[in-house]
Amino acid sequence: MAHTGRRDAPELPDFSLLKRLARDQLIYLLEQLPGKKDLFIDADLMSLLDRIANVTTLKQHEVDKLYKVELKPIVSTSDQLCFLIRPRIQTVKWIADIVNSDKASGRFRRYKIIFTPQKFYACETVLEEQGVYGDVTTDEWAFYLLPLDDDIISLELPEFFRDNFLEGDQRWVTTAGSALRLVYSLYGPFSKVYGIGRCAKMVYESWRDQVEDGEQKARQPEIGNVFLIDRDVDFVTPLCSQVVYEGLVDDIFRIKCGSVEFGPEVTSSDKSLKVMVNSQDKVFNEIRNEHFSNVFGFLSQKARNLQTAYDKRRGMDIQQMKTFVSEELKGLKQEHRLLSLHIGASECIMKKKTKQDFQELLKTEHSLLEGFEVRECISFIEEHINRQISMIDSLRLLCLLSITENGLLPKDYRSLKAQYLQSYGIEHLLTFANLKQIGLLVEQQPGETLTVMESKVGKLVNDKTAGKLTDAFSSLAKKSNFRALSKRLVLIPKSGEEYDLRVPRDMAYIFSGAYIPLSCKLIEQVLERDGWTGLEEVTRMLNGHEFAVTGGTNGTEARIKTDPQRIILVMFLGGCTYSEISALRFLGREKGYKFIVLTTAITNSARLLEALLDNHA
Amino acid sequence: MTRPKPEDDEYWNSSKFSAFTFDDEDDEFTKMKESKRAVNSMLVDDDDDDDDVEKVSWSGEPIGSISWSVKETASSIRSSGEQSFPKIDITPSLPKQGSGYSLSSLFKGKQQVICCSAFTDTSVRAYAPELRKPKSECKDYMSDWSPEETVRRMRKGKVFSLERFRSLQEKLLLLDEAVSENDGNVITAVLIYLKKSLSKEILFRELMLREIALRHYVHYLKEMGEQKLLVELMKALGRTDDMALMQYKEHLNIKDEGQRRDFLKNCLSLPFSQDDAIHVQDHYTLLERQIIIEANDKRGDAEIFKKFPRKASILNMPIITTLYYSCFYHYGESDGTFSSPANIRKTFRISEKQYILTALGARAKLKSWFDVDSLFNTKNWLGYTKKRSPIGFHRVVDILQKNNAPVQVLQEYMNLIDDPELKLSLAQKYKCHDIVIDTYRDLKDRQQLIVYRGKVERGSKEDKKIEELLCNMQIRWKN
Repeated sequence: MAHTGRRDAPELPDFSLLKRLARDQLIYLLEQLPGKKDLFIDADLMSLLDRIANVTTLKQHEVDKLYKVELKPIVSTSDQLCFLIRPRIQTVKWIADIVNSDKASGRFRRYKIIFTPQKFYACETVLEEQGVYGDVTTDEWAFYLLPLDDDIISLELPEFFRDNFLEGDQRWVTTAGSALRLVYSLYGPFSKVYGIGRCAKMVYESWRDQVEDGEQKARQPEIGNVFLIDRDVDFVTPLCSQVVYEGLVDDIFRIKCGSVEFGPEVTSSDKSLKVMVNSQDKVFNEIRNEHFSNVFGFLSQKARNLQTAYDKRRGMDIQQMKTFVSEELKGLKQEHRLLSLHIGASECIMKKKTKQDFQELLKTEHSLLEGFEVRECISFIEEHINRQISMIDSLRLLCLLSITENGLLPKDYRSLKAQYLQSYGIEHLLTFANLKQIGLLVEQQPGETLTVMESKVGKLVNDKTAGKLTDAFSSLAKKSNFRALSKRLVLIPKSGEEYDLRVPRDMAYIFSGAYIPLSCKLIEQVLERDGWTGLEEVTRMLNGHEFAVTGGTNGTEARIKTDPQRIILVMFLGGCTYSEISALRFLGREKGYKFIVLTTAITNSARLLEALLDNHA
Repeated sequence: MTRPKPEDDEYWNSSKFSAFTFDDEDDEFTKMKESKRAVNSMLVDDDDDDDDVEKVSWSGEPIGSISWSVKETASSIRSSGEQSFPKIDITPSLPKQGSGYSLSSLFKGKQQVICCSAFTDTSVRAYAPELRKPKSECKDYMSDWSPEETVRRMRKGKVFSLERFRSLQEKLLLLDEAVSENDGNVITAVLIYLKKSLSKEILFRELMLREIALRHYVHYLKEMGEQKLLVELMKALGRTDDMALMQYKEHLNIKDEGQRRDFLKNCLSLPFSQDDAIHVQDHYTLLERQIIIEANDKRGDAEIFKKFPRKASILNMPIITTLYYSCFYHYGESDGTFSSPANIRKTFRISEKQYILTALGARAKLKSWFDVDSLFNTKNWLGYTKKRSPIGFHRVVDILQKNNAPVQVLQEYMNLIDDPELKLSLAQKYKCHDIVIDTYRDLKDRQQLIVYRGKVERGSKEDKKIEELLCNMQIRWKN
């Protein structure tokens, strides 16, 4: 499946440097603590750590035993304890408890907390309040950026989403600014920065502040332009079922830190297998961006080719066989292994999807996106809830309904919520409160539908007519922003036309031709227009906070489309999905850009909604 | 080190005796003059203490001097200039009160009062406390930072001290400065200081006007597990719904079901919104029921428990799961018992559709086809039974099939599907040949029938049936 695209796309910068930097820093920090020590690592830092160092590296720097932070009493006998953690109050409290219980039993140890990527005052205050400040020394491991692939860098901070968008806590703004600053100092200077969203603006400011403080050496930039986007600018896209291979693998098996664990049902053995899924995997690299319907065909073609290659052995003489074994066999075997893995995964995906009436689910999603037969969609969702099928899927559909319809009618809201609570537990009252707070699942407010225009017109005519007008207007106002946005940006390709998923004509292919992701469409439009001019109505509907700024020093250079100018860093604040990455890769091929995705974390509908659940202690 | 010289000796001299007199005229001009004098006097003080490096900013000017602080403010306002990227305007969408104050704005502009309860001279003292201090105290203040500088130092992780922000105005200026810099880490740090140094009534009152700071505070209290304070805060803010939910959330931390039930009972009096109050009432009733049912069923005396041992306890399960459980283990019990499906259905206002779906699932799982039948049987006034369903019969077939119902049962329900297309697709999916054949016959679709013949086994019953139909001259095929 060769993609016809522009072949003059520029080369991507080398991000492996980021890993080396992080490793060196960690080693430096460990060396600051001479002597044998036990290391406690936050559970969600383990995979991260795996990507840049291994146990040997740690052992070389006198790390004796490794433990996972479990917030339980510890058994270590070491005289030095080192904690490598995210800056979380709960974890620090646990450490303070350890120190205090050691003190109580008259035990003397040295303690060090390494916060990554930075420490927070609130955490230090806990140490102070618990009377262990000074007993515990603290440090920071400024590990901001983990390259997950050639074109994906992650901050691996999934909590960014909830903290920022639900709780309204801006603790990660500076972190994101520092991450951007690191990219800037290694691969910059940038010539233009575009963005949309409140957080995007703040991150831009934080980055600019930090850059002003430091000095930037004049160097040849490797990344020309930057686009910052808040997750809440587009909630629709991450709530849709993913149907591109990489996205599907993430939805079903959950890719973690660029690696995935395939269970026995995939490996067709009794063992699970952890594999990295990135561009190094040649088979994966060819199918990752493909619509799932193409994957089987591709894999079987691949299998046939492999068979032919193996068959070449027949009729070979000794010499030929020798060359074959030394030169080709290893590659073929490797390919064989990967191929059988991805075939197994595809089968497993098929099985799971047919079991849950995936077709009907997709139909409902597409209808919601189009605003077509919404009543039918509501009954489908209702039945989904009634049958207690996947709690997350039900929630996802409810949220999609709410965003696309600009809120639910009060009676629908009440009835669907009641049924949801009956099916999945009343404690989800708290989840509903969260979803309301973040604006993902809301009730249409009767007052809200009154527009300024309406009240103005209302004053001009008599009451009776005004009443009728109000009705007319409220039906107008019901037209949600999504609907209007979708119309304005032509996000829904004309239905009825045949969409050949083998030869995608636009980014909609990532959703079977039904919808162009809003986030990616915005990026495309802004790059095309070199700013937000002409998109005023769109930004108004997205609540503004858009910006486009040019670096003063090399303003003239920016106009020339040099290679770095065509390398665009897109920073997603609050996470991005693999489908969006696929869409951007497609856009890049079409327009001769190269996109680098910098995200606070990889997300999908399940992760996004799970972050908002409050049904457990 | 360059140091600005006192511009005018006269000021400096006069300050010796006039700096601390309180003039009745409180106009800006006097204040301006006063400040200038004070500034000059401070500069002299700096002369005495030359080697203290800390007091001097990077530009070489003594920190705490007005010129320094004005310059600092200016530098944060100055946007691009020769710098590469411009500052963009971050207008918070949420109301922000009293921020944007800086020393310089006070000296320049009209005095703005943040808090009405201030004494007439507090503002001066608040914004430039050093001005009114005797010279002997000046030294301490030299190492103090303005809110801007303090926040800047906090953001950079440098040494700072919040202890000098003592008046309410100073504290609020500091908070507003932190908020205007968008750094959540610093906002929370300032809030922690305010929490320690202000009474909660005052702090709550001020937070009410500062949405961004408030959200940081709420999040901090949540993380610290300061439930009581949170509840008080919500109450003070008049956010009773949130307060009720916050208290309700506590039940998740209670492991013992009896205690949990009692806690939920206490929750009933909380000021929930109307809808939520009903749900919480349900929650309490449900758990109460489950505890009773669990106590009885745990022993597992009845036959059904021996035949189909329970996999888990029913405690804390959702309403529908409880209904399913009761349809599975307690079907046919009289309405009066707590564990009977009818009682559960009534207590929790479960819709007919939902009830049928759940009962169907449970009875089909037990392969009680008779019960399944009676779920849909209705008698008309002539006494004929007819099958009716609030859910589509295609859905019924789906559920039966998932529970491995025999073909006869499947076919019976499949025949009740009105839409022939739907019926056909389901019949083909589940290989109910008779129905497929009959439907094609009814549709008079000879071609499809011929095609379908290829899908059944040669010489089988179905094959013969198709054969007969195709030979039947009485059918008027449409093709």
